[in-house]
Amino acid sequence: MAYVTKSPWVVHYDGSSCNGCDIEVLACLMPMYDVERFGIINTGNPKHADVFLVTGSVNEQNKDVVRQIYEQMPEPKVVVAVGICACHGGVFRDAYNILGGVDTVIPVDCYVPGCAARPEAIIDGVVKGLGILQAKREAMVNGAKAIPAEEEAPAEEAPAEEAAAPAEETAEEIKEEGGEA
Amino acid sequence: MGKKTIIPFGPQHPVLPEPIHLDLVVEDETVVEAIPSIGYIHRGLEKLVEKKDYNQMVYVVERICGICSFGHGWGACLAIEGAMNVEIPERAEYLRTILHELGRIHSHLLWLGLMADGFGFESLFNHCWRVRETVLDLFEKNTGGRVVFSICKVGGMRQDISDENLKEMVEVLNGIKKEIKSLTDVFINDTSVKNRMVGVGVLTKEEAEELCAVGPTVRGSGVAQDLRLTDTHGVYGKLGFEPIVEEAGDCMARTKVRIREVFQSIELIEKAVSMIPEGPVAVNVKGNVEDGAEYMVRLEQPRGEAFYYARGAGSKFLKRMRVRTPTNMNIPALVKTLQGCDLADVPILVLTIDPCISCTER
Ligand code: SF4
Repeated sequence: MAYVTKSPWVVHYDGSSCNGCDIEVLACLMPMYDVERFGIINTGNPKHADVFLVTGSVNEQNKDVVRQIYEQMPEPKVVVAVGICACHGGVFRDAYNILGGVDTVIPVDCYVPGCAARPEAIIDGVVKGLGILQAKREAMVNGAKAIPAEEEAPAEEAPAEEAAAPAEETAEEIKEEGGEA
Repeated sequence: MGKKTIIPFGPQHPVLPEPIHLDLVVEDETVVEAIPSIGYIHRGLEKLVEKKDYNQMVYVVERICGICSFGHGWGACLAIEGAMNVEIPERAEYLRTILHELGRIHSHLLWLGLMADGFGFESLFNHCWRVRETVLDLFEKNTGGRVVFSICKVGGMRQDISDENLKEMVEVLNGIKKEIKSLTDVFINDTSVKNRMVGVGVLTKEEAEELCAVGPTVRGSGVAQDLRLTDTHGVYGKLGFEPIVEEAGDCMARTKVRIREVFQSIELIEKAVSMIPEGPVAVNVKGNVEDGAEYMVRLEQPRGEAFYYARGAGSKFLKRMRVRTPTNMNIPALVKTLQGCDLADVPILVLTIDPCISCTER
């Protein structure tokens, strides 16, 4: 937990979930699980948020909203998919209106399995996400230092990709862990 | 009169955890019209009957909504059991009734918290949810899940709940009664809460009947309508109780109905536990639902009347599974109360019907 030096704010969006995971996300913020002890605050404004918690399997109508919220969030940011629906569609996977998972719309850094995902698991996922957030932040800072002023534009893309690579790896690992459990 | 302005509300809005979009047409501070647009949670569950057999369909229906999930699973089981002419053991009926009432307590406490959040009373919100965790612990201990249980199956219950556990459940519930009382007293007596709720969003008895409102919304307007007493699911007939009715029809009345229902549910559980018979909890169900066999049930969910219909196709798949949920029926009442309200009251009015968007859109 040493890497949590800042107070990360989360924004939560229900992308066609059944509510089960949403109330568990809210339950994390309540006295019993109390993520505020990590400095985590739930905000309604994507522009204030560092962590994006998405539940549900995302349907046709929702995909633009999810994408918009993601785009409004400032860099660096992490996306945590909460619940098996958000990971790959869950029981709704075969339904005609369902895209099948948040990663069909936006890049996801952390997958939290479970139906419904337990608050402990969600907190675990967010804390893992915070590690990724820190890595991305460092990559941004180092990348920015390394760039000479004139070459700023072409060099900018490279560090962003570097930052994305380790993040994806971690995401894969977590997904596998979840699959076995 | 000022000129008309349209204020968008949602789909991502801090007051509601679920996405719904309202276009609020306002004149100065007064809402003249509210135009909802929906579809953010439509998954197309009813069409899944083509891909999931009738046993799996129970899981799907249960996941219509994570808040009243036990009731949905029960409704689906009742409809399928009805179409197959299956009689379930009495102990299973009792267990289903007990768990359904436990679900009502958890749902109402959750709603009370959201309502407190709606009028900006953060600490009350937190306390309601803290007490709710005790109820969730009971669920977890007895069914294995916190919000989605899958303990109801076609033919009965997947597992029994031992008598010790049932007794403990009653003890725990009686233990938190005092805490719930101290919280609900704040809702009823606090001046600032009263200012926000008394006389706001009045729905008269005639309007409520005409707009076909259901559940606490209609009972808050003085109509004694409770399906637990009129329909034949569970063992409610043997428990003997009166529906809870408030006359005023405003936000406060609807809140009071839910508060009193929490205590009523605790009493019902206590009674059911004292009467529960010994015996098996499930019968073996074999075969398929016959082609053309159909059945319809109504169930009193925490939010009001829900309707389930199943029709067989002669194979392991059903031909049709239809669900109508309470929020659907309460939306006309909501649109009615929104007309002419203050803009600042919109979140409260939306919350007071206890909307469940994922139920409505499925
Ligand atoms: S994972 Fe389960 S509980 Fe969570 S939204 Fe999906 S169906 Fe509901």
